[in-house]
Amino acid sequence: MLYSVIGYYSLILGLCFSLILIFFSVRNFKNSKLLDTKILSFTFLQFFFVVISFLSLVLSFIFSDFSNETVFNNSHTTKPLFYKIAGTWGNHEGSLLLWLFVLTLFILIFLLRSKNQPTKYKILTLVFQQIIIIGFFVFLLKTSNPFNFLFPAPEEGLGLNPILQDPALAIHPPILYLGYVGSSIIFSSSLAATSLNLITKSWATHIKKWVLISWIFLTLGILLGSIWAYYELGWGGFWFWDPVENVSLMPWLALTTLLHCILVLEKKLILTSWVIILSISTFTLSMCGTFLVRSGILNSVHTFANDPERGLFILIFLFSLIFLSLFIFFFFHKTNKDTSASFFWLSKETSIIINNWFMMYFLSVVLIGTVYPIFLDVLSSQKISVGAPFYHKLIIPFLIPFLLMMAIGPKLKWIKSNLEDKIYLIILLAISILLSFLIVKNFDTNFLLNTILISSALYLFLITLRDFFIRKNNNISQNIAHFGFSLLIVSILFNNLFSTEIITNLKVGETFKSENTKIVFEGLNQRKEKNYQSIIGNFSIQNSKGKIENMLPELRIYNQPNIVTSEADIKTTLISDKFIVINLVQSKDYFNIRYQVKPFMIWIWFSVVLISFGGLISFIKKKV
Amino acid sequence: MKNKFLPLSIIFIFVIFFIIFYKGLQYTNIYTPEIKTNNKIPLFSADLFYSNKVVNSSELFKLDKFYLLNIWSSWCVPCRKEHSLLMHLGKSNKIDIIGINYKDTKVNAEIFLDELGNPYKKIIFDQEGINAIEWGAYGVPESYLIHNGIIIRKYTGPLNKKLINEIKLLIK
Amino acid sequence: MKVLKLFFIIFFIFSFNQLRANNDDMKSKITKNLRCLVCQGQSINDSDSEFANSIKVLVEKKLNEGFSEKQIYEYFKDKYGEWILYDPELNKNTYILWLLPILIFLIGGAIIFKSFIIMKK
Repeated sequence: MLYSVIGYYSLILGLCFSLILIFFSVRNFKNSKLLDTKILSFTFLQFFFVVISFLSLVLSFIFSDFSNETVFNNSHTTKPLFYKIAGTWGNHEGSLLLWLFVLTLFILIFLLRSKNQPTKYKILTLVFQQIIIIGFFVFLLKTSNPFNFLFPAPEEGLGLNPILQDPALAIHPPILYLGYVGSSIIFSSSLAATSLNLITKSWATHIKKWVLISWIFLTLGILLGSIWAYYELGWGGFWFWDPVENVSLMPWLALTTLLHCILVLEKKLILTSWVIILSISTFTLSMCGTFLVRSGILNSVHTFANDPERGLFILIFLFSLIFLSLFIFFFFHKTNKDTSASFFWLSKETSIIINNWFMMYFLSVVLIGTVYPIFLDVLSSQKISVGAPFYHKLIIPFLIPFLLMMAIGPKLKWIKSNLEDKIYLIILLAISILLSFLIVKNFDTNFLLNTILISSALYLFLITLRDFFIRKNNNISQNIAHFGFSLLIVSILFNNLFSTEIITNLKVGETFKSENTKIVFEGLNQRKEKNYQSIIGNFSIQNSKGKIENMLPELRIYNQPNIVTSEADIKTTLISDKFIVINLVQSKDYFNIRYQVKPFMIWIWFSVVLISFGGLISFIKKKV
Repeated sequence: MKNKFLPLSIIFIFVIFFIIFYKGLQYTNIYTPEIKTNNKIPLFSADLFYSNKVVNSSELFKLDKFYLLNIWSSWCVPCRKEHSLLMHLGKSNKIDIIGINYKDTKVNAEIFLDELGNPYKKIIFDQEGINAIEWGAYGVPESYLIHNGIIIRKYTGPLNKKLINEIKLLIK
Repeated sequence: MKVLKLFFIIFFIFSFNQLRANNDDMKSKITKNLRCLVCQGQSINDSDSEFANSIKVLVEKKLNEGFSEKQIYEYFKDKYGEWILYDPELNKNTYILWLLPILIFLIGGAIIFKSFIIMKK
């Protein structure tokens, strides 16, 4: 009870500090030299109170304070402690508190780490960030209060959906938000820099760290979400093009493109418009994503409790930010046409521009695919679904030139380049094509497309691999990241090509035989756990080489809430994963068994880690 | 003037987006397949519950008579609630109730009928749920009001008193 | 250059392979393309709901009866509307959906190309 009071009033205080900060900033904007300590203190205090509020909610969860409506809705006394804590941000209200946490944290760190930046710029960044922060305070307090009272306090809570009780999913929101919400600082600072005409090479160096941090965490956050989907949801897939997934991918695409443009801007004063627009777009897409997922406008796998009132608030907030950014961009930004260095068509600048071009295309595919059903529904009352086939058909053909450009682009010099060492480039291309032909020829499906696709991916793979071994490699972070990306594409392609699946119905004691596999349903065990009852199937699976493996997929029957979940048993090796789930069949005495062999899964996860690791190296590296 | 064109058109586009999203909020995201009413009943053949014989749709649905096709199962909780209303409706000689026993076992279905009564003139035994799909159903319970080989009304979910009265009015 | 040309010729010779999938693969492909009506965002293939299981049985039955992939999609579209298909068909409702990204790509390319022409002058 006490925690709720503290939490609630801390939020009010935090909001007050927003207003104080804006007031001080606006009043003393011209004479800004005096402002530093005051502003820093207030920003710190604002963050401090948000932390207090956040901790109050965490403690309410830990102590199962069901007088708090949020805790009541999302927790239960029998939940393990770790998940009680994670339950804090596993719901709509708590996750918004997490938004505020990251928003206020990042502006604080920004002010602390930008001592050498012009004061006006810092103040303006602060102001823009506070606009966002105020929006979220108001949103929280008016429509999504995490500290609502329930009287009389219920004895027990409603519990959290058990499929959300998973380690990967528990840390997925905080990591994702550091990326997603962290892009707010890029938004605010680029609006500030635009207004003050400060988009320069030194600004690019300054903002690069923030772009990297946001990008690394966003990459890892998306990875965690996919890992969770793979381990928990039971269908052996890791990406479904569900709106919620798309909504995290879109800022990532914009942010990656922004990262490349910033790397260029550090060296030459070009692509300034791109940088500004992408900075605005990344955060706008984050907000847009929040809107799509929380307002109930879309039907998707994991949406929070939907409420059109909240949706309306976010919508208005989102579009206010858009119109504000548009105004600032058009009013303040002067494209410097005269300082444009003329460059030859075969140069590093060109390859970056082409990269932008393709990335924006991919972004538009995902965006259009996600929101088109809404438009169609409103404009002509027709409901359609846009799923994986759409995205695959539009993205995969374009991936081929994209991969090839990615291999050759970094090799080009600034301004003008004639490709040196063309020999090895062609040799590696030939090797890729040959390898891919050998791999694909055993499969009848889509032979040409697959061959070309795998060739391009292998080409990038071989080129970036070779780059590790040549002596004058001064861009190790780029090398790691691009290599990671190539490994990702290669792993996904091989996974798609070589995965096998067996779906069958078996009773206890029965056997399934196919050309390469024998599955024996040995037996069932039952067990009672803390908050669920467990039924474990015992399977012996023999592959074509005669090796037998024992696998134990599980069914969990929870009572609070009343849900049956299926826990896959996954055996992971460097080469492949073996994946098995069982499911009950209504009023029958047999089970539905789904057994998959999925090659290279671990390489898919590892490659994404590698990509973010490349970003980390760039972040840590001192000035080259 | 040309300078202003681009910004203005972009702002205009975003205003349009705003309006569309705003309207989109008011629509539900739950999809219920529209029954194109006045649709002909599907042609199919199915297994009968009691006799295990295969029967054609033309034999089941004669012209000039009202039928209520009701999809039910013993494991479906709302089916229990609507069952008494079905018993009541079944007494009328203006309408015959045909049942589809959906993804059930005969044993459990018979227990259900023993307990709550049998309003069905005939029952189709749809163990795999295929017949229900022929009708465009996707859950239990669902009911269809049929006359002259045409679906007049589709009811998704359990029937209640209000709907039964509507049916009664329609079959007069 | 000549080496490349040779490779392309070899490609085209080998590209006269057609999609020969057996029934199981086809069933998998079709059920992955059908949307589960009673789930929140899952395909029929991935879902274990009663409805999804019935659809899987029906797809198998239709395949055995000799229905083609397209015919099966038509059948389900007829029963449940276009929403059940994950691959949006190209009709008057979806022209913009499919063509807008391509249009954006082409416009982007045109802008870049034009700026190069300007830059060269």
